[in-house]
Amino acid sequence: MRENQDLLVMKNITKHFPGVVALSHVNFDLREGEVHAIVGENGAGKSTLIKVLTGAESVESGEIFLSGKRIEAKSPHHAQSLGISTVYQEVNLCPHLSVAENIFIGRQVMKSGRIDWKEINKRSERSLARLNIKLDVTSNLDEYSVAIQQMVAISRALDASAKVLILDEPTSSLDKNEAENLFTVMRKLKTEGIGIIFITHFLDQVYQVTDRITVLRNGEWVGTFDTASLPRLQLVAKMIGRDIEAFHGNAFAPGDQGEADRAQHHPFYQGTHIGRKGTIDPLDISIAKGEVMGLAGLLGSGRTETARLIFGVDRADSGKTFVEDQEVAIHSPHDAIRLGMGFCPENRKTESIVADLTVRENIILALQGKKGLREFLPRKVQEELANKYIQLLNISTPGCEQLVKHLSGGNQQKVTIARWLATQPALLILDEPTRGIDIGAKDEIQKIIVNLAKEGVAVLFISSELEEMVHCCERAAVYRDKKMIGELGKGEISEQGIMQMISGGHGGPAAGANEP
Amino acid sequence: MKSVLKKGITSHQVFWPLVGLALLLLFNAIFTKDFFLLEIKDGHLYGSVIDILNRASVLMLLTIGMTLVIASGGIDISVGSVMAIASSTIAVLLSGKTVDVNQHLVSNISLGSALLLTLGLALILGLWNGVLVSYFGLQAIVATLILLVAGRGIAQLITSGNVITVNHERFFYIGGGFLFGFPVSIFIVGAVFLLTLIFIKRTPFGLFLETVGINRVAGRFSGLNVPLVTLICYSISGVCAGMAGILMTSEVRSSDPNTMGNFIELDAILAFAIAGNSMAGGKFSLSASMVGALIIQTIRTTIYSRGVAPEIMLVVNAVIVIIICSLQSERVKTTIARYSWTQGTAE
Amino acid sequence: MKISIKSKYTSMAITIGIFAALVAIGSFAYDNFFGAQNLVNLLIDNSFLIIVALGETLVIISGGIDLSVGSIIAFVSMLAAYLLTTVHCNPILVMVIAIAVGGVVGLMHGVLITYFNVQPFIATLAGMFLTRGLSYVISTDTISISDPLFVAISEYRIPFFSDSFLSIGVIVTVFMLLVFIYIGHYTKFGRAIYAIGSNEQSATLMGLPVRRTKVLVYVLSGLTSSVGGLVFSFYMLSGYGSHATGLELDAIAGTVVGGTLMTGGVGFVVGTVFGVLIEGIIQTFINFQGDLNSWWTRIAIAVLLLIFIAVQRILVARREQKKTVKRVETIEHGVGAD
Repeated sequence: MRENQDLLVMKNITKHFPGVVALSHVNFDLREGEVHAIVGENGAGKSTLIKVLTGAESVESGEIFLSGKRIEAKSPHHAQSLGISTVYQEVNLCPHLSVAENIFIGRQVMKSGRIDWKEINKRSERSLARLNIKLDVTSNLDEYSVAIQQMVAISRALDASAKVLILDEPTSSLDKNEAENLFTVMRKLKTEGIGIIFITHFLDQVYQVTDRITVLRNGEWVGTFDTASLPRLQLVAKMIGRDIEAFHGNAFAPGDQGEADRAQHHPFYQGTHIGRKGTIDPLDISIAKGEVMGLAGLLGSGRTETARLIFGVDRADSGKTFVEDQEVAIHSPHDAIRLGMGFCPENRKTESIVADLTVRENIILALQGKKGLREFLPRKVQEELANKYIQLLNISTPGCEQLVKHLSGGNQQKVTIARWLATQPALLILDEPTRGIDIGAKDEIQKIIVNLAKEGVAVLFISSELEEMVHCCERAAVYRDKKMIGELGKGEISEQGIMQMISGGHGGPAAGANEP
Repeated sequence: MKSVLKKGITSHQVFWPLVGLALLLLFNAIFTKDFFLLEIKDGHLYGSVIDILNRASVLMLLTIGMTLVIASGGIDISVGSVMAIASSTIAVLLSGKTVDVNQHLVSNISLGSALLLTLGLALILGLWNGVLVSYFGLQAIVATLILLVAGRGIAQLITSGNVITVNHERFFYIGGGFLFGFPVSIFIVGAVFLLTLIFIKRTPFGLFLETVGINRVAGRFSGLNVPLVTLICYSISGVCAGMAGILMTSEVRSSDPNTMGNFIELDAILAFAIAGNSMAGGKFSLSASMVGALIIQTIRTTIYSRGVAPEIMLVVNAVIVIIICSLQSERVKTTIARYSWTQGTAE
Repeated sequence: MKISIKSKYTSMAITIGIFAALVAIGSFAYDNFFGAQNLVNLLIDNSFLIIVALGETLVIISGGIDLSVGSIIAFVSMLAAYLLTTVHCNPILVMVIAIAVGGVVGLMHGVLITYFNVQPFIATLAGMFLTRGLSYVISTDTISISDPLFVAISEYRIPFFSDSFLSIGVIVTVFMLLVFIYIGHYTKFGRAIYAIGSNEQSATLMGLPVRRTKVLVYVLSGLTSSVGGLVFSFYMLSGYGSHATGLELDAIAGTVVGGTLMTGGVGFVVGTVFGVLIEGIIQTFINFQGDLNSWWTRIAIAVLLLIFIAVQRILVARREQKKTVKRVETIEHGVGAD
C-alpha cells in the first residue's frame, strides 16, 4: 500500500480578503489512498482553502506541493490538468448534454477531423464501470438523479487523470442509499491510490468513511487527527472552539419565568410531522409566545430548512400545521405573514436586503406587503416608523433615506429585523442573525431578541454559535444530518448538553468507523 | 442648505437626461433657424418645439408602459403589434356611412364606445402577455414574441388587409386638435404620465415594482404578490400601446396594418435606456424615461432639419444604443466589483 | 411495432411528424400539391430563410439571440446591387465582399455581447438598426441587378427527378445544412456552443473557451446571414432597403418550431429546417386556398409558436417531476457489484 506517500502538501497558507482574514497559516496534507475530511463551521475557511488549491483564488502566501513538486494552479481548469479535480455540490456539468459528452467535453476524441462519438461512448462506459455503474451514456445528463450525476462528475475527474479528488459537500442532496454508494466508490478509489478530500458537515459520514480529519476554525488550522482515535465530542468541541473542561454550564434564563410558564401551555405555532422529501425528515415542533426557542446544530443539519417550511417558503409534503390551535395551510410567505409571522433569512444579501432602496423603504416593506396595494402608508408614517426603529435598534445610518447598500453588515441585519418588528409579529424567526457581524452589534441583537420574548413575541432563533444559543434560549431543538434528534428543555440548555446531543452522546469514537 | 439642495438635484436620475436634452436644444438654438420660434395661428401654437412634443407623444406613451415592464425585470416587444391591432380596431369601429352632402360621417358606434372597446382589447392583449410571463413562467422575450408575430396578422385580419382611411371629425381632434393653444396629444400624454406617476408614487405599487426588479426573493419573503405586480406592468404596457395606436391613427387619419408601429418597440427601449434606467430592472425613473423619449424625437427632428436623410436616423439610433449600453455595462461591472469588495467573507 | 425515440429527440420528432402530416393533408386537399415541383418550390422559395435560420439556431442554442439577420440580408442585397450596378465591380469580388460584411457585423455583435456585457437582444437590435440604416443610406429605392453572372445563377436550373428542377439557392442551402450538421455535432466548437447554452458557468469551470466561442457563434450567424443575403439577391435580382423586413422573426419561429429551446442548450439544425418548411407549407396552403389572405400565415405561425413553447414548457416541467421518481429506478438498475 502506498498509503504513507504524501500526495499533496499545503504549507502555511494565508489569504486575506478586504477586511477579513480568511486563512491564517493553514497546513494541510493528503496522502495517496486516503480519504481526508476537512470540517469547520461557517467562516472556518474550508472553501477558501479549496479555492486556493484549485486556483479559483490566488495564493497569497504559502506553498503547495503535489507529489513533491511545487505547484500553483492558475484556474480550476489548470488545476485539473495538474491532476486536481473538484466535484461540487451543484454538480457543475451541462444537463442537456449526454452523459458521455459530459465526461469528455473539452477533451473529445477526434478521428479524421470529426468527433468520434463511438469511441467517446465506449470510453465513458468503461469510466463508469470503474465506479460500478452501468447506464445509457447517450441519454441526457438531466434524465438521471443528482446521485448519478455526481458519479458522472467523478468519472470526468478520474478520466482527466485526477490524483487528488475533492468532493465538496457531495452528500447534501443524496439519500442514505445513494450516500452509501458514494462511499463504496470512494473506498474503491482509495485502493487505486487516489487521494480524496472530503468536505462535509455530516459528522456520521466523517466517521463512516474517512481516515483523517482536519479541523479549521476562523481561518486557523486547529489540527489534523486520525479519525479512529478522535472521539466525537472532542471533534465537535474543536469545531466550535470550546474546551470541554472549560464549560460554565449555566444557561441564562431570560425573562420572567412565570410568564414563560404560562406561555408554555399555549403554543402559538405547532407543526406535527412536517417534513419535505429530500430536504428534511418529518419532525414535530411547537413554539410558544413569550419564549425564545432555539434550533441548534451544525451547519446544514436542517434548521434553516425547518424555518423555511414554517414560513411557507418551501411547501411541506407531510404533516399538519396549527396556529393558535387552528389548523392552517401555509403555502407562501404571504400566508405566514398574514398569520402573524416574520422571517429574517440566513442570506440577508440575496434573500432580504433590497440593496438599492432606502432604509425607510426596506423597513416598511413587509408591513406594506401585508397591507397590499389598497392601503398605502403615508410618507410621514413611513418616516416615523423608520426613525423609531433606527433609534430602537441603534441602526447607524445618516438618516432613513440612506440607501441600504451603503450600510455595514450589522446595520443591514438590524434593518431586516426592523422590517419584521414593524409588522408586530406574533412569531419571529431569525436565522443566523448575528452572522458576519461585529461583537458590539452581536450583543445588541441578542438583547433585542431577549426583549422581544419578554414582550410576548414567540421567537425561533437559529444560530451555530453555542454561546448565543445558551445565552438567549429557554428551549432548544437539536438537529443533526437533516433530522431533529432531540429537545432540551428549560434548565437543560448548556453548551455541554447541546454538544453532546449533536455528537450523538458518544464518549469515544464511533463504532465501525473505517476499514483498516 | 445650498449644498444639500445641489446634491438633491444632481443625484436625481432625471438630471443627466435633462442635461442631454438641454444640450440638444442648445445646439438647435444655435444652428437651426427659428428653432424656438412660436407662432400663433387660429389660436393654435405652432413651432418646432411644439412639433417635437407632438410627434414624441406616441413614443412617450409607449415608453411609459415599457418602463414599467423592464423595471419589473422583463421586456415587451409586442407593443408595435398591439398598436397596429388597436389602430385597425378603432378604424373599423369608426367606419360607417356618410350621410349628407357635407360628407358627415355617421359611424356605426359612438366614439366613446369605440375608444372603450379598443382600449379594452389592448388591455386584454396586455393581460395575455402578463399571464404568460407571470403565471406560466415564460421568458418575457419569448412570450411577447408570440404577440409580436401574431399581432400584425391579427391587425391585417381586422382590416382585411386594407389600409383604411378614417373619416371621423371628432376623432381627429385627438390627434390633430388643439386645447388652450397646445396640441391635444400633449395633454393626453401628460394625463397618462401623471396618472401613472400617481400610481407609482402614491400607492405602494412603485415600491413593490422596484423591489421585484431589484430582489425578487426578498419581495416574496416580504409577502409581496410578485406575479400580480408583473401582471399589472404588462397590462399597463398593453393599454399604453393601445392608446398610442389610437393617437397615431387619429394623427395620420388612416390605419395601415402592414406598417403601423413597425420596430417602434425598439425606440421605446432606446428611450428607456437613454434615460439611464437599467435594462436589468429595479430602480427606475418615469420622468427620465419621458425625457429620454423627447431626446430621441429631438435628435430625429434635428437630423431632418439639417437636411440629412432620414435613413441616417436608424444608423444614429444604432450608434447611440451601442454607446449607452457599453457605458451601462461598465457601470454594472464596477458595481459588481464594489459588491464583491464588501463580500469579503471567507465562505 | 413500437418506435422508441430517445427523449432528447422528442421535440424534433414532433416537428418532423407535423411536417409530414401537413404534406399529407395538402396532398389530399389540393391537386398538384404532391407534385415534385411544388414540393421543391418549398425549398427554392425558402432557401435563404433556411440558411439564415441555421445560423440563428446555433446562436439560440448558445443561449443568445440574433435580431439582425433580416437586416443583413437587406444590406447585402443592396450592397451587391449597388456595387454591381453603380460601381461595376467584378461579381465574384462582390460576392466575397458581401459575405465578409456579414462576418464583420457578427464580430461586432460578438464583441459587444462578450466583452461589453451588452445583452444579445440589445446588441443585435443595434446591428439591425445599423445595417438597415446603411441599406437606406445607399439608396432608398430599389436597385435592380442585371449583372450577367448573377442573372445566370438566378436562372440556372438543375434537373431533379420527376421533371422538377432546383435552383442554385437550394444547392447552397443543402451545402450549408451539411456544414452546420458537421459543426454542430462533430466539432469541439459546436459542442462548446451546446455546453455554454446548457450551463455557462459549468462550461467555464470545465475549461471551455467560452468567450471565444460566443464571439465566433455570432460571427458565424453574421456569415450565414450574408450568404442568405446573396442567395436572396439571386432570387430577387434586386437590392432594396425594405427587403426581408421581419425575417428574423420567421427565422426564430422556425428555430423554435424545430425544437430548439429559447433557453439554450437544446436544438438540432435539422429540426430547424423542418420548422422553416412548416412555415413554408402553411404559406403554400394559403396560396392554394386562394380565398385566405396572407395574414393568416402570421397568425398560424404565432399559434404554432405558442403551442411549441407551451409543449416545451410542459416537457421541462414534467421532466423535473420525473427526476424524483427515476432516482430510485436508476440506482437499482445501475449500481451494483460487477
